[in-house]
Amino acid sequence: MRLTAQTLAVRRSGRRIFSDVSFTLGAGEALMVTGRNGAGKSTLLAVLAGRLKPESGTLTVHEVGEATLPECLHVVGHRDGLKSPLTAEENLAFARDLLGAPTASPRAALEELGLGHALRLPVAYLSAGQRRRVALARLLVCRRPLWLLDEPTAALDVASQAVLAGMMARHRATGGLVIAATHQALGLEGARELRIEAARSEAARSEAARSEAARSEAAMSEATATPSDAATGDVWW
Amino acid sequence: MVMRALKALVARDLALAARVGGSGALSLVFFLMIVAVVPFALGPDLNLLSRIGPAILWLAAVLATLIGLDRLFQADEEDGSLDLMTGAPVPMELVVLAKVLAHWLTTGLPLALAAPLFGLLVALDGTAMAATSLTLLVGTPALTFIGAVGSALTASIRRGGLILAVLVLPLMIPTLIFGVSASEAALGGTVPFTTPLAILAALSLIAGVVGTLASAAALRWSE
Repeated sequence: MRLTAQTLAVRRSGRRIFSDVSFTLGAGEALMVTGRNGAGKSTLLAVLAGRLKPESGTLTVHEVGEATLPECLHVVGHRDGLKSPLTAEENLAFARDLLGAPTASPRAALEELGLGHALRLPVAYLSAGQRRRVALARLLVCRRPLWLLDEPTAALDVASQAVLAGMMARHRATGGLVIAATHQALGLEGARELRIEAARSEAARSEAARSEAARSEAAMSEATATPSDAATGDVWW
Repeated sequence: MVMRALKALVARDLALAARVGGSGALSLVFFLMIVAVVPFALGPDLNLLSRIGPAILWLAAVLATLIGLDRLFQADEEDGSLDLMTGAPVPMELVVLAKVLAHWLTTGLPLALAAPLFGLLVALDGTAMAATSLTLLVGTPALTFIGAVGSALTASIRRGGLILAVLVLPLMIPTLIFGVSASEAALGGTVPFTTPLAILAALSLIAGVVGTLASAAALRWSE
């Protein structure tokens, strides 16, 4: 599978999050999305996962047949997609049946992450780190070429981080792609880095200019009249 | 593969309704409460009660349906399950259909089945009980599907329950009118029972199509 993003721009509630994000990712490659808090890392992943429509730009996938991009990927993020009243096994079995292309049993996947004992425990009883590991076990129960990971090491202990690094290495060795939004080194060898700081800082600059203008007496009329970058004429909450 | 995914969805939602915090039994209890409170308010006039009984049962069914609806999609939106469903190799319309079916099986169907029992509280006779139960069986899918649209629209709003009720209650009025008139037609009158019942069935079918498409559209771009 190959993924190409060209000049993606995203606007949420009339507010420019980032613009002009482009990258290409081929089989076995990894991309680390970095940037400050609120820079738009999770937003970028939401766009890739098909939960948000980009304002402009294109996303294309190659070499996957007729599947659409959301059908080619796994998402593990802050919202872990686990149902608290169901057991870890039930959650994983559901994900496997829903997503298709099963590769491993829920038991095998959980044992891989060192959670074999939690198989029949309701997810509500698990700690944050254990929940995260159950969510990561979803990556193993069915095969999807692209993994979208949002801060995958949050709440994980050191041993589990090593297990995750091993999982990602194996996934890439078999032609898989990894896109991870992170603040830490994940043990992704040869991963490229995409900083979305630059796109954001442009918006931040215009935001600063705007609030300054709003503070001055001439206020809004002047601010909208300034011929500046695209973010100026937006609707603001 | 599609059938497998849909079966998994229905099975999961049924399991969730049965576990702690599920909404299945709750809406039934709420239904019972409304039906039980009305005789206290109206007084022990059996003739009056049995005359307005079908209307009370239908009103209670509409309100009880509203109770469980706010979590239909919101729970999945909050915990990220909706992201999973977006990535499933199944159209969002079918996901909605599976979820609404599971929801109806745990709320609408129990209401229809329990209606004869609750009819005792409002002094319905045998014919009226059977008729009301049948109209609820035919009409509650319309309520659930109409409610699903509101539920999908308010999925990303916290405390969206009240907005949901305001949005969908007006749309449920036609179903309410024909549900009650069918129940009353069974007790005699100039209109044959099957006429309003057929319209009620048509409302359910239309709501099934429109509700599914509209909910899926609302969920797809919920931002």
